[in-house]
Amino acid sequence: MTMYHFIVFLPLAGALIAGLFGRVIGARASEIITTLFLMIPAGLSWIAFFDVGYFGKDTRVALFTWISAGDLKVEWALRIDTLTAVMLVVVNSVSALVHLYSIGYMHEDPHRPRFFAYLSLFTFAMLALVTADNLVQLFFGWEGVGLASYLLIGFWYQKPEANAAAIKAFIVNRIGDFGFALGIFAVFALVGAVGFETIFAEAKSLTGKTIHIFGGNFDALTVICLLLFVGAMGKSAQFLLHTWLPDAMEGPTPVSALIHAATMVTAGVFMVARLSPLFELAPTALAVVTVFGATTAFFAATVGLVQNDIKRVVAYSTCSQLGYMFVAMGVGAYSVGMFHLFTHAAFKALLFLGAGSVIHAMHHEQDMRNMGGLWKKIPFTYAMMVIGTIALTGFPFTAGYYSKDAIIEAAYAGHNTFAAYAFYLTIIAAALTSFYSWRLIFLTFHGETRADHHTYDHAHESPLTMLVPLAILALGALVLGFAFKGVFIYEQGVEKFFRQSLFSHDGWKILEEMHHLPGWVPWLPTVMMTGGFLVSYWFYIQRPDIPATLAKSQDVLYRFLLNKWYFDEIYDFLFVRPAMWLGRFLWKQGDGFVIDGFGPNGISARVLDVTRNVVRLQTGYLYHYAFVMLIGVAALITWFLFRGAV
Amino acid sequence: MATWPILSVTTFLPLVGALFILLLRGEDEAVKRNARWVALWTTVITFVISIFLVTGFDKGNPGFQFVEDHPWLGGSIRYKMGVDGISLPFVILITFLMPIAIIAGWHAIEKRVKEYLVLFLLLETLMVGTFSALDIVLFYVFFEGGLIPMFLIIGVWGGARRVYASFKFFLYTLAGSVLMLLAIMAMYFQAGTTDIVKLLTYGFPRGMQTWLWLAFLASFAVKLPMWPVHTWLPDAHVEAPTAGSVILAAVLLKMGGYGFLRFSLPMFPHASELFAPMMFFLSVVAIIYTSLVALMQEDIKKLIAYSSVAHMGFVTLGIFTFSNEGVQAGVFQMVSHGIVSGALFLCVGVVYDRMHTREIAAYGGLVNRMPIYAAVFMVFTLANVGLPGTSGFVGELLALLAAFKANTWVAVFATTGVILSAAYALWLYRRVVFGALEKDSLKSITDLNGREIVILAPLVILTILFGFWPAPVLDMSASAVANLVAQTKAALAPAKAALLGVQ
Repeated sequence: MTMYHFIVFLPLAGALIAGLFGRVIGARASEIITTLFLMIPAGLSWIAFFDVGYFGKDTRVALFTWISAGDLKVEWALRIDTLTAVMLVVVNSVSALVHLYSIGYMHEDPHRPRFFAYLSLFTFAMLALVTADNLVQLFFGWEGVGLASYLLIGFWYQKPEANAAAIKAFIVNRIGDFGFALGIFAVFALVGAVGFETIFAEAKSLTGKTIHIFGGNFDALTVICLLLFVGAMGKSAQFLLHTWLPDAMEGPTPVSALIHAATMVTAGVFMVARLSPLFELAPTALAVVTVFGATTAFFAATVGLVQNDIKRVVAYSTCSQLGYMFVAMGVGAYSVGMFHLFTHAAFKALLFLGAGSVIHAMHHEQDMRNMGGLWKKIPFTYAMMVIGTIALTGFPFTAGYYSKDAIIEAAYAGHNTFAAYAFYLTIIAAALTSFYSWRLIFLTFHGETRADHHTYDHAHESPLTMLVPLAILALGALVLGFAFKGVFIYEQGVEKFFRQSLFSHDGWKILEEMHHLPGWVPWLPTVMMTGGFLVSYWFYIQRPDIPATLAKSQDVLYRFLLNKWYFDEIYDFLFVRPAMWLGRFLWKQGDGFVIDGFGPNGISARVLDVTRNVVRLQTGYLYHYAFVMLIGVAALITWFLFRGAV
Repeated sequence: MATWPILSVTTFLPLVGALFILLLRGEDEAVKRNARWVALWTTVITFVISIFLVTGFDKGNPGFQFVEDHPWLGGSIRYKMGVDGISLPFVILITFLMPIAIIAGWHAIEKRVKEYLVLFLLLETLMVGTFSALDIVLFYVFFEGGLIPMFLIIGVWGGARRVYASFKFFLYTLAGSVLMLLAIMAMYFQAGTTDIVKLLTYGFPRGMQTWLWLAFLASFAVKLPMWPVHTWLPDAHVEAPTAGSVILAAVLLKMGGYGFLRFSLPMFPHASELFAPMMFFLSVVAIIYTSLVALMQEDIKKLIAYSSVAHMGFVTLGIFTFSNEGVQAGVFQMVSHGIVSGALFLCVGVVYDRMHTREIAAYGGLVNRMPIYAAVFMVFTLANVGLPGTSGFVGELLALLAAFKANTWVAVFATTGVILSAAYALWLYRRVVFGALEKDSLKSITDLNGREIVILAPLVILTILFGFWPAPVLDMSASAVANLVAQTKAALAPAKAALLGVQ
């Protein structure tokens, strides 16, 4: 047994104990066991982080053979390198804190054992994902986190919206998985294996090869990478496949913090990083990644400007930040994208849990139009939310300042066709991010309260179990960027820290170039951040009447943003209704009218017509006829057989 | 090798049990009770005996094992039995599911209990016989014989439209089997033997293969069922009693897939290759078409029946890739579907026994009163969706993997099935299990009782176990499948070489 067995399987053990015996051992015991079984892996993960990252103790823990059929051999093994170690730290730390937080947040819920079982189950699936040693194992984790997400979004199963959101999340993710699965098949068809070691070794030999798919011949590596990226788009809620993420906010808030901010949604980013040896050889695919990342970063930020639900603002913010990470991946700055993933996990979990603390204080009120002036009531939460906000917007020396600004710089330095596009969109998005983040703070905590008296008077600071995680995450949001920038965004540091776990075909040239940019570029994000803050301050503190007037005068634009660019409506019209119509049509017309009409019903009707008119031998039971038929056939067989045998 | 005829004992022991039940006399209630216990013990003992087949089975041997060979109808038609790695999994599946099926009807069936149980035991004999017959006439007798008990089970113990359903079931299957019978006779006249082992290596003339293949297709396509001859299945399932649905979905459908593997591929390789594109097309249509239809169903059983057709699409898809992965996918998917669809019908049976309706709209919010049921139903729903970690995933993965190598378009279209299956399965689950418990009729519904837990628990365990450890089935079939694939390819190789020579 190694440390890694404990890191991966303790959460599973916790999930099984709470899930199967929760009713026997009670809610409190379930909470303690699952939380403890995550605290331990979280601690061990940090040890692993230094062991692997700084001391180079990469390892592979073989577990068992999963599927072996024909040429396909899928082994189950834990692949431990720096990339995995970074993810282990992110997943287990946030998960442990979210478990602890949930003890307070969910204390009134009668189904706590189930909740904690799901949380731990999710963590296990996520750990299986990040330790995957081959594509099928990655797919297992991928779908596993999808399942846990489905269960947790729909945790309050009595709410119709929660059920709808859960199904939507699962199905949209399945659309992504459709691409992912095809990507796996393509890899297997070309390489004959699914293990990362083999694939990466063979990657070079695939350059220039073509594959016949979708009726044409295309560059094999580009096709593979794009198909796999479709999977990443689904999981990481990228433009076109993003629609499930805002709806997923129907789940309890700790779930949003863990799954829909810090861990699961970053799986797509992790996947691209993990497969960097493939993506590096497919520049077209990388260009596509850049476009989608940049578009998402911008699109989600625009929608975030006008949302009124506190959680939805943070959700769109997450969507937008994931776009940033993909921009980094697209221009080949994988370690920079991972850096943002790492810091984002801290400050976005902080913002979500902070929002949860607000919601908790306001008795499940989530609409910011019914908040305001809360800082006096919940000062600690307020302080933590401000820390999260400055980290997100990239205030100097906080986490976002290092990781997000590095992405913008990398986009500027990037060489692919869409790097410039990405640079401008991420720059604009930086201003938008600052605006909506401060808007959230101002609407929630400042000004005169718009809450009803009763709620406002009873607003109270959350219990310690909820505040401690906030404090820890706030610490992370402040120092993680400064502490680890050396190993994530500087060439030599990255080479020593990540070694073989990330691949750059030109020896991290991009990291060198992004530190030698024209003087105005590194300043620009900070300027945009300040601008966004000032406009927000002006709109929501100085002249609170402006937003309403603006919304009225720019009605079309406002509605367009408020309705999220009408994606849900378009998809409903394009896919959901036609599928249902087609299903009904094929059932009633295809099966009913054509197949049955001309097949059995038609024939039997004719037969019955004939018998009715000619023979008149009905006994009233159709099966008597059929039985007689069978006896006849049996007699026939016997006769034939004996004749043949003699 | 064992010294006693394990296979024949496994096959005919249920018949002995049936005889016992027929001899039962006495008070009505006592007879019913005794008949149930006799049936249960018979099936349990049969299962225990069939375990010897597994322990004595040599996985490395691709040929037939436990072979018994006795003269039967004079001349060349013999009583010859044996199993290989392709048929053994199904034999075990049958013996494993039978006790579950018997328990499932324990209280649900109150009229003509004796006859009902006799028919089930007879059905078991015929099913096991189908998968272990090594003489084609013997096979035919078992294969067609299985029709009668199922026909009566649906027709007598079924729902309101049982007569229509059973007649449709019968008409379809009989139409197919008549053609198969003709083909069997033609094969006998051509090859002069009815021994399957000899026929496997006979090598029928190319022109004849086409016709024989088509005749067999008529029968197997209906059984499986393939689109467009699938419409009997939803009706049959809807009307059949729970245990009947379980056996129908879990075993009878598999006879079609087994037929392709035992006859079509090895005996008519050229025709199989010729028609493979058609089979791909039909498989893909089945997956997409029936998934869409399943989406719109208002009856729980119909929905699951349509999803069965879609899942069988993956079976034919895999088989006709002529690759190790694909054919193993076919076998595994059939076994997995046997467990999962059987379990799903049991789950429907649980609520049907309580509410006496299969309308989706009549349910909603069951989780509030039936948490254990909700959890169990969730496991099978996820397996139906093909989630990794359940047995449903392994078969689909292998089938699609193999299909991608054969033809990327086919794989692309078939893979849309993973999206559609998620849609119809989760939507069903949501409408039945999730939501608030609002309907008055459901307010006093009770969770699974001990009897139901006993029959569902082993299925839950197997579904998850095979999801992580599919080796028991895959390894059992590996060498027989490898042999089958190698033979088929070898038969096709000279033709390919000749074709290349011409070019």
